[in-house]
Amino acid sequence: MTEEEARLQRTYYTIPIGPTHPSLKEPLQFSFDLEGERVVDVEIKPGWNHRGLEVLGMKRNPLQTLYLAERLCGICSVSHLITFSRAVENALGIAVPPRAEYIRVIIAELERIHSHILWAGVAAHELGFDTLLHLTWRVREQVMDILELLTGNRVNYALVTIGGVRRDITREQEPLVRQALRYYKDLLEMLVDAFLHDPTIELRTRDVGVLSYKDALELMAVGPTARASGVKKDIRVDQPYLAYPALELEPITPDLFRPEVHGDVYDKIIVRLLEVEQSIGLIEQALEKMPEGEIGRATKEEMTELLVQIKKREGEGIGRHEAPRGELFHYIRFQRDSEIPILWKVKCPTYSNLMSYRPMFQGAQIADIPIIIACIDPCIACMDRVIVRRDGREETWQIAQLLAKSWEKTRRLKG
Amino acid sequence: MILAQIIEQLFKKPATNKFPVKYMPKSVSAFLKSGRPIVPPVPTPPRFRGKLIYHREKCVGCEQCGRVCPANVIQFVPQEKKVRFYLARCTFCGQCTDICPADAIEMSNEFLLADYNKYSKNLVLE
Repeated sequence: MTEEEARLQRTYYTIPIGPTHPSLKEPLQFSFDLEGERVVDVEIKPGWNHRGLEVLGMKRNPLQTLYLAERLCGICSVSHLITFSRAVENALGIAVPPRAEYIRVIIAELERIHSHILWAGVAAHELGFDTLLHLTWRVREQVMDILELLTGNRVNYALVTIGGVRRDITREQEPLVRQALRYYKDLLEMLVDAFLHDPTIELRTRDVGVLSYKDALELMAVGPTARASGVKKDIRVDQPYLAYPALELEPITPDLFRPEVHGDVYDKIIVRLLEVEQSIGLIEQALEKMPEGEIGRATKEEMTELLVQIKKREGEGIGRHEAPRGELFHYIRFQRDSEIPILWKVKCPTYSNLMSYRPMFQGAQIADIPIIIACIDPCIACMDRVIVRRDGREETWQIAQLLAKSWEKTRRLKG
Repeated sequence: MILAQIIEQLFKKPATNKFPVKYMPKSVSAFLKSGRPIVPPVPTPPRFRGKLIYHREKCVGCEQCGRVCPANVIQFVPQEKKVRFYLARCTFCGQCTDICPADAIEMSNEFLLADYNKYSKNLVLE
């Protein structure tokens, strides 16, 4: 049977969803092959939200790029900031004072709380449970207020800088942070009850969007998506950085809540809710153990000195961080006599998790599509990195073309 | 448990602050001209990062602020050796206030900056 005959014989038909669709928060194109109500296969086409931020970053100095990097994502903004700073610190060999590392941890964990609660609301909305959406988003305001108090901004906090942080957590602010943590501790029981003991949510999410342990390993899923399948994978534990080595922390997997791991959407809810609890504990520990002292570069002399240093030195560096959605990676390279990096590359958690959509969709019903799309907490604005536009035509490159380009470059460099 | 929350909420004040008015007026510009009182916004915390304030007389024209601004807000005016801010682009990171050697730039509590014209008087600081 030729390929043409096989195509004519197939009984399924294809529906496109996206790039813009009511169930999608950000543009991403799906094309589902359907057999009746069942999804047989899915094709995913990213590239609708490409903004060329990396190119902008290669036209300005790192102090300017810092707060551009923060705007890669509106939700996990401080994760990008921490990762970018760590990449630059790695490239230039800058040490960060211990107190600054603790403050970075506190802000990162506060952000995890707000991101996971936001996701829980979105998930409830995708299931049609809008009461829960409004409830979760109302309680999220508390952590947003604390972030505004500590940093001066509600989102995109601009707190972290290269070599430290820009604002200290004062004695007056500490009790307010503790008060907010207590509020979430009391609230968590209610959230767990509302999400995990609700019969409707159980019906809609159990055994839906299953990602098996094997698939999660093979497709290199990261963050809560991987942990919900039972893979104990967390950069904070595997390769501790910042102040995480000093804090007690275990990767959260769903077997802490129910006996066996299924890897379905229900497990992903479990992992995210338990991680909110974990983050509360981490912030409490960090507040306890935080040493007194310097917080790093914030004065004018130090900022000017840093720009001089960047111009003098050369080198390359990487930064990694466990963002709320998974592992985040930044690479940066400097050349001598220039304060502008010649290369900046970002790899976002959604990019790693995108491949796990395929096994999750196989066998799902059409009505389950929105919740499965939402369950990896996709952040398309972070992810869209490679797109080629030439002569008004748009090509998205396949692996063979990319390989050919790579080989061509090797040949060119060899001369 | 969630049912208890919902019933409790029936008798509580809504969490949303009805800013600037409770109901959308028929004509916004007519409402603003009438000078009727508006519902105040949620108060800002101390050290909030709001609209920039520029102390022109303190400025020494060193151009340091332009080197750290991520959004190219700051334009140098060579004839006067002063700077001009196009606030429509400002991202409120506050790096210019940190690096200024003469403390000529400050951040205020003001955040109501919406305007039809990005070059309006309110959004260009000199």
